[in-house]
Amino acid sequence: MSVKTPIYLDNAATTPCDPRVVEAMLPYFTNDFGNPGSRNHVFGWNAEAGVDKAREQVAALLGASDKEIIFTSGATESNNLAIKGVAYMYEKAPAGSTGRGHIITSTIEHKAVLDPCKRLAKEGFEVTFLEPPKDGVITAAQVKAALRPDTILVTLMWANNEIGTINEIPEIGALCHEKGIVFHTDATQWVGKMPTNVERDNVDLLSFSGHKLYGPKGVGVLYVRRKKPRVRLVALQDGGGQERNMRSGTLNVPGIVGLGKACELAMQEMDRDGERLLKLRKKIEQAVTSRLDYCQVNGHADKRLPHLTNISFGFVEGEGLMMAMKDVCVSSGSACTSASLEPSYVLKGLGVGDELAHSSLRLSMGKSTTEAEVDYSIERIVSAVQKLRVLSPLYDMHKEGIDLSKIEWAHH
Amino acid sequence: MAYGPKIIDHYENPRNVGNFGTQAETKTRKDIGVGLVGAPECGDVMQLQIKVDQATGKIADAKFKCFGCGSAIASSSLATEWLKGKTLDEGMAIRNTDLVQELSLPPVKIHCSVLAEDAIKAAIADYKTKNGMEVEDHDHDHDHQPAATR
Repeated sequence: MSVKTPIYLDNAATTPCDPRVVEAMLPYFTNDFGNPGSRNHVFGWNAEAGVDKAREQVAALLGASDKEIIFTSGATESNNLAIKGVAYMYEKAPAGSTGRGHIITSTIEHKAVLDPCKRLAKEGFEVTFLEPPKDGVITAAQVKAALRPDTILVTLMWANNEIGTINEIPEIGALCHEKGIVFHTDATQWVGKMPTNVERDNVDLLSFSGHKLYGPKGVGVLYVRRKKPRVRLVALQDGGGQERNMRSGTLNVPGIVGLGKACELAMQEMDRDGERLLKLRKKIEQAVTSRLDYCQVNGHADKRLPHLTNISFGFVEGEGLMMAMKDVCVSSGSACTSASLEPSYVLKGLGVGDELAHSSLRLSMGKSTTEAEVDYSIERIVSAVQKLRVLSPLYDMHKEGIDLSKIEWAHH
Repeated sequence: MAYGPKIIDHYENPRNVGNFGTQAETKTRKDIGVGLVGAPECGDVMQLQIKVDQATGKIADAKFKCFGCGSAIASSSLATEWLKGKTLDEGMAIRNTDLVQELSLPPVKIHCSVLAEDAIKAAIADYKTKNGMEVEDHDHDHDHQPAATR
C-alpha cells in the first residue's frame, strides 16, 4: 500500500488543528470579534458567550467546574503561573530571605517547570529534584520520602514528553492532600489523550496547551482548584484583572473557542484513538526490536502513553539517523538536533548512557496516523539504522569484541 | 537543519566507506595509518585510515567510518577523497576551514570539520610513528567561527 510522504510522527511536539476546531474558531475572528471584557454591548456578550462555552468544554474534560479554568497563552505560562504563583502565595518568609519554603519536582520535567523552580531556588526557596528510577516513573513513595515540614508545593508532570512514562499522579495527589501541600501537574502530554478527573486524581493545579490536542497554538489552560482546598495564587502580570485576577490580558477569544472545541472532541474520541494507537505503538516496538540488534525501548514497559515511543539504537547517531529517513518526521534525543549540543537530559536522567541518548528517536503518533504509515516508517527506520551501522566504527569495534567504555576517547 | 546539496550528496553517497582491516589487524600493518577521534558520548566518532604507497610516500587509498550527524559523515567522506594521491605533508596541510568552505557547513557544525582535520592528523601521525618518522606536535590551530556569528 502506498503512503503519502512526508509522514508526521512528531505529534508530541505539536498536532495539526482539527478542521472542526478551525471551523469553530473562524466566526470569532470576524463577526464575533468583540472583547469579552466589553460588558455593555452585544459584541462583548457574543465573545463572552464563546469563551463561556469553551470554559465549560474544558472543565468537562477535566472533571472540573468552569470557574476553575484560567486561560493562558500556553502550558509554559500555565506552569510559570502555577509554580511561582503558589510559591509567592504560600511562602514561609518574605522576599530577600532564605528558608522561604520547600518545593519538590523531578529532574525529567519540561524546561517550563525546571526553570521556574531553579529561579525560585535562587530567590530563597529550596527545591528537591527527584531522580526517576530506570523505568522513568516517579512514585508516591519517592515523593513521600522527600516531604519536609516546610514543603509548600509538589510539581510533577503527568506524562513525560520525551519517553511518555506516566507518573503516579493520583497517589501523589492523595499524599499531598493528606499533608496539606499544594499539588501541581504539568499535564501537557496527558490531557486529551488519557482520561482525567481532577477530583478522582487529587490534582490542585493542572497545566496544558491547546496545540497538543488538535487545538490552536498560543492558548493554554491552568486549572486552579476552588474547593477542598481552595488554592490561591499571586498573579505574575498586572493589568485588567481578567481570569479572576490571576491572568490579566485581553482573552484570545478565537484560540479559546478552538481549545474548547478540541477538548470536546477529545472527550468523544480519545478512548477510540488511544486503543488504536496503542496497537500501532506495540507494532513499531515489536518490529524494530525484533529486526535490529542493540536497540531498546526507553521507559516503563506498560506505564506509558499509548501514542508515543522512544527507542535507542546502539552505535548510530540520532541526527544522522533522522537524515537517513527524512520523509518520516520524528524527533531525537541527539545533541545535534538542538543548539545546546547536549544529549537529552531526560534520557540521561533515566541512566541511559550518553551514547544511547545520542542514538534515540521519539516517535509520536496522532489520530490521523494510519497503519500503512506506521508500516512504511518501520521499513525506513530499519533500513536507516542498517545503513548507518555499515558506516559506524563503533559497531565494528563492538563486533570485534572491543569494550567501548574502556577506550580513552579524546573529548572535545 | 536544512543542509546544502554537497553535504547531502556526501551523506547519501558517502565515498570510501570501510577499513583496511580490524583494529587488531591494522595495528600491525606498517603501510596503514589509523586515526580514531571523537567520543561516543559527544555524539561523534570518526575513524580514518590511510594506506601509504611506501615507494612513493603518497597516500594511495583512504577509508572512513563515522558515528555522527550528517555533517560529520560528509566531512569525513570528503576528507578521504582529498587525501588520495597526496603526500603526507600535503595531507597535513588540509584545514578544517577548507572542508567548511567546500561543504558549506553551517556554523553549528564547524566542530564536525574540526574533528575531520583531527582524524587526518591522527592517521598520518599513526603512520609516521609506525615507521619511525618524526611526528610534529599536533597544534590546535583550528579556525573556529567567532562566537558572535553562531
